[in-house]
Amino acid sequence: MTTVDQGKLPPLLLLHPDDNILVARRDIAQGELVEMDGERFSIPAAIELGHKLARRALAADTRVLKYGAPIGSMTTAVARGEHVHLHNLKSDYIPSTTREGTDGH
Amino acid sequence: MSNGMRGFLRKDGRKGIRNVVAVAYLVECAHHVSRLIVQKSGADDVHLIGFPGCYPNKYALEMMKRLCTHPNVGAVLLVSLGCESFNREELRRTVHASGRPVDLLVIQQSGGTTRTLNAGLEAVRKMRAELAKQTPVPMAFDELIVGTVCGGSDGTSGITANPAVGRCFDWLIEKNSACIFEETGELIGCERIMASRAITPELGLEIEACVDKAANYYRIMGYGSFAPGNAEGGLTTLEEKSMGAYSKSGSSPISGLIKPGDIPPRGGLYLLDVVPDGEPRFGFPNISDNAEIVELIACGSHLILFTTGRGSVVGSAISPVIKVCANPDTYDRMADDMDVNAGRILRGADLDEVGREIFELVQAVAAGAPSKSEALGHQEFILTYKQFEPIGPACLPAA
Repeated sequence: MTTVDQGKLPPLLLLHPDDNILVARRDIAQGELVEMDGERFSIPAAIELGHKLARRALAADTRVLKYGAPIGSMTTAVARGEHVHLHNLKSDYIPSTTREGTDGH
Repeated sequence: MSNGMRGFLRKDGRKGIRNVVAVAYLVECAHHVSRLIVQKSGADDVHLIGFPGCYPNKYALEMMKRLCTHPNVGAVLLVSLGCESFNREELRRTVHASGRPVDLLVIQQSGGTTRTLNAGLEAVRKMRAELAKQTPVPMAFDELIVGTVCGGSDGTSGITANPAVGRCFDWLIEKNSACIFEETGELIGCERIMASRAITPELGLEIEACVDKAANYYRIMGYGSFAPGNAEGGLTTLEEKSMGAYSKSGSSPISGLIKPGDIPPRGGLYLLDVVPDGEPRFGFPNISDNAEIVELIACGSHLILFTTGRGSVVGSAISPVIKVCANPDTYDRMADDMDVNAGRILRGADLDEVGREIFELVQAVAAGAPSKSEALGHQEFILTYKQFEPIGPACLPAA
């Protein structure tokens, strides 16, 4: 089995060059310094494994690209590094549901 | 060189990697008696399946015929209450014609719970003695059908476990196995890219139409195929979940579009359309992961590759389920339930290496080794009402 020193793995994954979001490879703490597009960047709020953050500032109505494919549209503007999730991204097909009910966007 | 896989040869030429006795209740009212027969038989290879409804349903009858004549099934005991509308005689005739031992017990005629239980235990005992005499024969890759499903997906699924299964699928298809992926409601957003992989333009149109049908169906139901756990694991939208799920299909051309109970005619990659035809009538297309697994098995799947991020524990009656865990943290918590730790890709492992592990595990399980869920006794099963029209002529182009 391949083993790599985890400390050397970048904590953010760019899945496709066209993407405007990055995916957390592991839980990342607030204030942790990470590399984003060749620059050092301080994570503004803790982010969990598998979650997304903005690769650059995104305006409302921007189509979000992951795997190079559209996965929905922003409902509000976000700054670079902000968590992109149910509170600011909506489906272009069918609204997502939470235990509290259908996402109201 | 032998791949180690072996199967029990059936009259129709297919081979089963298991040799189970299926005990099938034909209405919920016969469920308890059937369960008692399975439990008191004390054998791992006696599996409980059934249909709970009292009203007739063509789909349910066809599914039960496919399941009771699945190559992994060696013998069948049918248990009816007596007054339900299920066409038990037609099912019994179909199983009998397949060359399998079959018995039908009607509780109202047998004299109630205890007498039916005793008769059922005796029938199962005889069937198992009969099956014990059968010996498996070598099995080739082009005789193998593998299905894949995802459950409890999260933000890691589309990066680790799903593409690793896709690699395994590509290698199986190179060896002429048939591989089936499904849940068109979880492929919403991928219809164009998927259609471009079809072996004919007409099949591409059928694929786009079936995803449109799924989107329309789910819109009317008011929910997409998206659970709260998906969001907790980092997925935000249905199309994001779709893109991740889609990567299970690998990169082979798509050879056909099938519906539940259709068996792939040859090796290749097949998309299974699980969303009912016509106006929504009986509720959600698949009320839980096992409903999808049952349909993959009805299409002849010998085993199922189940990818999970949040951590599903289910297995299935009839066909073994191999668990491929996408999330390394989930794997650390639930390793006893997981066959493959695909989440290690996030910690530096190579995608091909994990794909290779899955490919080798498929061969080992087809050679008789139990999967984790199988060894833990998971034999979940669910079948509910649906309606389908037959597939159109463009769905299975000639090779």
